[in-house]
Amino acid sequence: MRIPLSWLREYAQVPAESTAEDVMAELVKVGLEEEAVHRPTDALSGPIVVGQVLSIEKEPQSNGKTINWCQVRVVPEGAEQTLTADGIDPSGVQGIVCGAHNFAEGDKVVVTLPGAVLPGDFRIAARKTYGHVSAGMIASVRELGIGDDHDGILVLSTLGLDPEVGSDAMELLGLYDQAAEINVTPDRSYCFSIRGIAREYAHATGSAFTDPAAAVVVDSADGAGYPVRLEDQAPIYGNDGCDRFVARVVRGVDATRPTPQWMVSRLRLAGIRSISLPVDISNYVMLELGQPTHCYDVAKLTGDIVVRRANPGELIVTLDDRKRKLHPEDLLITDGSGAIGIAGVMGGAATEVSDATTDVLVESAHFDEVSIARARRRHKLPSEASKRFERGVDWHVADVAAQRVVDLLVKLAGGTADASATDVGAAPEPVLIELPAGYASERIGIDFEPEQVEGALTDLGAEVMKYDGGWRVTAPSWRQDLTIKDDLAEEIARLVGYDQIPSRLPVAPPGRGLTRTQQQRRRVLAALADSGLTEVLSYPFVSQDANDTFGAAEGTGPAVKLANPLSAEFSYLRRSILPGLIEVAKRNSSRGFRDLALFEAGLVFLPQERLGTESIPPLGALPDEETLENLYGGLPLQPLTIAAVFLGKDSPAAAGHTPRAWDWADALDTIRLMADVVGVDLVVDQGEHRAFHPGRTARVSLRSGEVLGYAGELHPKLLAAQDLPPRTVALEINADLLFEAAPDVIVARHLSTFPATTQDVALVVDAALPADTVLATLREGAGELLEEVHLFDVYSGQGIGEGKKSLAFGLRFRATDRTLTADEASAARDQAVHLAAERHGAVQR
Amino acid sequence: MSEPTKPSDAPEAYPAVSTPAVAPDPLDAEAIAAAVDRAMSDIAAAADLDQLKSVRLAHTGEKSPMSLANRLIGSLAKDQKAAAGKNIGPARGRINQALAARTTELEAERDARILVEEAVDVTAAPRRRRAGARHPLSILQERVSDIFVGMGWEIAEGPEVESEWFNFDALNFKPDHPAREMQDTFFIEPPEAHLLMRTHTSPVQVRAMLEREVPIYVLCPGKVFRTDELDATHTPVFHQFEGLAIDKGLSMADLRGTLEHFARLMFGDDAGIRLRPNYFPFTEPSAELDIWHPGAKGGPQWIEWGGCGMVHPNVLRAAGIDPEVYSGFAFGMGIERTLMFRNEVSDMRDMIEGDVRFSEHFGMEI
Repeated sequence: MRIPLSWLREYAQVPAESTAEDVMAELVKVGLEEEAVHRPTDALSGPIVVGQVLSIEKEPQSNGKTINWCQVRVVPEGAEQTLTADGIDPSGVQGIVCGAHNFAEGDKVVVTLPGAVLPGDFRIAARKTYGHVSAGMIASVRELGIGDDHDGILVLSTLGLDPEVGSDAMELLGLYDQAAEINVTPDRSYCFSIRGIAREYAHATGSAFTDPAAAVVVDSADGAGYPVRLEDQAPIYGNDGCDRFVARVVRGVDATRPTPQWMVSRLRLAGIRSISLPVDISNYVMLELGQPTHCYDVAKLTGDIVVRRANPGELIVTLDDRKRKLHPEDLLITDGSGAIGIAGVMGGAATEVSDATTDVLVESAHFDEVSIARARRRHKLPSEASKRFERGVDWHVADVAAQRVVDLLVKLAGGTADASATDVGAAPEPVLIELPAGYASERIGIDFEPEQVEGALTDLGAEVMKYDGGWRVTAPSWRQDLTIKDDLAEEIARLVGYDQIPSRLPVAPPGRGLTRTQQQRRRVLAALADSGLTEVLSYPFVSQDANDTFGAAEGTGPAVKLANPLSAEFSYLRRSILPGLIEVAKRNSSRGFRDLALFEAGLVFLPQERLGTESIPPLGALPDEETLENLYGGLPLQPLTIAAVFLGKDSPAAAGHTPRAWDWADALDTIRLMADVVGVDLVVDQGEHRAFHPGRTARVSLRSGEVLGYAGELHPKLLAAQDLPPRTVALEINADLLFEAAPDVIVARHLSTFPATTQDVALVVDAALPADTVLATLREGAGELLEEVHLFDVYSGQGIGEGKKSLAFGLRFRATDRTLTADEASAARDQAVHLAAERHGAVQR
Repeated sequence: MSEPTKPSDAPEAYPAVSTPAVAPDPLDAEAIAAAVDRAMSDIAAAADLDQLKSVRLAHTGEKSPMSLANRLIGSLAKDQKAAAGKNIGPARGRINQALAARTTELEAERDARILVEEAVDVTAAPRRRRAGARHPLSILQERVSDIFVGMGWEIAEGPEVESEWFNFDALNFKPDHPAREMQDTFFIEPPEAHLLMRTHTSPVQVRAMLEREVPIYVLCPGKVFRTDELDATHTPVFHQFEGLAIDKGLSMADLRGTLEHFARLMFGDDAGIRLRPNYFPFTEPSAELDIWHPGAKGGPQWIEWGGCGMVHPNVLRAAGIDPEVYSGFAFGMGIERTLMFRNEVSDMRDMIEGDVRFSEHFGMEI
């Protein structure tokens, strides 16, 4: 909402020296948010005066253009030129070259004299052009920054103006005014009016407020006016779409009269373009009182006006000349011809006032907020009117606003008001709120005096009745947002000042600290960073293709999809973090960083049979158990997932250091690191995943058999398609599963201090047999004397049969109660080898 | 690199060693003393451990004058043996002592030389291990959490795809009210299923109230979503933290006290907060929260930080809490915004795009 200061001053005590900034600073105190300042003089300065064109000499130029060499009088004849700047002619007549042709000798125009500055830091000075010294400019509205029209220069008579030559044109055009723009929260529709803002300004400053509505005297109607019927056949939530319709008729208006400059300039500062006198008056009253009104051409109306919902298939051509199909829920203003307006949103073209209009019907109605909001959304027609109606308008101001429009039409457009008037509908019950004594103090923490409570509420315009236990408060009709005692507590605090609220630190009961899962997550992520990986964050929006590729090892169920994505391509929610991580890797690569180890932890969204709920419970009440269970159960599974990608080398190359290329084992090792941090045993086997290299991928599972995730080289085809370097490796795990698998208590191991005996064995097995399987067999066969076994060499080739490989293992034996003999260790080793031979056909080399 | 070791400038063999030794008379104290003097001067002249080895051989070896003289004692008359022993024993002792002292000296010199020779250019050290980093938004989120955990609060979390009821209705957003639209919501297909990407972390507050017993003091950090295109100040995915306290007799004074305490822990003892009236469907009264940031770029100033207020009775009712018995306050701030003005991040995209330079600059701290 933009507030021209000249307008605000009519109803609030704004000091003469106050700027828009000062006004905003006051309004901020009572909860309005500052947005911007609009002040023409920030970009415009004089001398800019009214001039009269004395003569025009047309001079054709060699480039085909014709320029006008004009003599323009800028001081009244006989008066002295008091300006003395460079280029100002003491005679009071300036020679000016002008390219426009839409003016004639004798016209009064706006002259920007040397020394003036126009928007865009355009400085006016006398300059040589087309063989003359042009000392100033005859301005267009566009050059003055007050309009878009650049057809030609501004001829003041077209605005109905005949000012004195030499008078200040900036004053004439209202350019010394300024506006404060504030942001209005959705609950405060009242502040979409000068009336509301003036009252708030009075609250903020403690100064007097004059209600513009009180200044209007509503004529007592003599007889029934234009027939209007309210016939809502389908109220929404039981509320009639229209509960008041005031109609007034003014006859014999001249719609072609120019709008006075004081009104044009206020509208302009408020952000509304001048259109025609009747429309400008309607807009002006809306800004002043907050009540949108609409003007119809009486000659174009047929029969009674009926307010009703649309019929199926009904159409309307709106003011913007668009044909719109109406929805049965749309509330309409209709007459005998059909729809003549979508109530509170936009009028119809057929009954629009035009230059030819002489008789005007003024509509000032009150509509249900929800009806207007839905119609506005359906037709995508946000307007100044709908903005106010869907937030709530004062029911009691409708007749006042109609009267104000009528008065202005009579005064400015020369009409005569009908003595009869229409006012149908029923006033809503006033809202009565009980405010127990002490309630506001308890909620706010300020010990309010009863006078403060009563004073604040009375200032708001509420009626306050004291009773034993507190106050009965009737909220003012313009404050539909005040319905419960908490609303009143806020108003009292707001008017007393939030800065008066004291500070007290409440003591929470002893807490349990971070949950175990929260601690596990922190440790794991810190371990990843400590081991050299960099955490990044990516968006969860992915393409269907990415989800199919990375979603899971098996199957491609329907992923969770956005109904209104920012981009149609990335309309799915990720089932894997890797697509996003790969994008981040590519972005870094393109910026010259090619050795990368990146990780991200975040939620992924798994497909689910049943999504959501058919309906949702109402607000303000606890749903029953079953309803709540349905709400919980309708959500897709969203496990915390951790993924990483590794590109290039493990460290920067340097003198004395040769970096190593990341490989598949780094990816697997990183999963192992995470598992070690939380104390979980893993099972690794050969994995298959459509995003990974079929031969270089490990599937990692828990001992329970649940698959935790995958690690390995990304598929070469995928790497090529993504333009990523070969041998890029990646991993992804379900972190929730990992954390759940962690033991609550890790039982200590007995540490034997007896000496260990080590033995090595080399076993020849089938090349396809996983080393881990052989290792597990050795562990089983060797029995409890075996302390540790590891693979230290893999060999195939000469000396080993075709299709075979040799695996060399180191075994460490130790007893808990004695020093082992070499024979005991050898016996245990032989048992291990024996089992491997039996189970895998392993042959000792 | 250090220069290769230079050979000693001293003669290769000491002359005394090459001359065949002549045994001095064990009874001739002067001759013995002369032999000792020669040994002393040879020992002192030895320039390195190799030379000292030759000197040791020449003066204490089997064929050294002193050894030969010592051997002669056996052939002396019984009454002369004691005198000869008194001549030779201390003399040999002095030589051995001098040798030991010189050895220690030369070893120390050698050790010192080796350390000098082994010197490296420490400025040419390679970085063998890459330094990893957490994302600053994660670190900030954890730091904020720690402050509240320190006050006895707990950390509550919830899903990112959420039921419309938790995100709006339970929070007193009326259907069709403009406040609901201002949230620019991503809805999940099909829209009739009433699922959405949570637009704030407030649904976690509702969940916390449903799942926990009063009194409740929880902080809810997390990711939220709005249909804003990414630019220097907007992103469709961002992070918030929200606090919720439900107890008997809580007022806006408790809200202010909590926010002030938090602000000081985040921005120093000179930080302060300011409340301005505002509107949110889920709080009444509601306030906009500004922080006095003493370390702000361009000098101390008020900065808009977030929103807060007393929990609306309808929100308590939706969670089955009686608003006539309990009251509560809530507050919420953006983590990106906090990081932007706390750590002088000027472009939202730096936090979003995953450029490793952004995270790595911070490391594990912010």
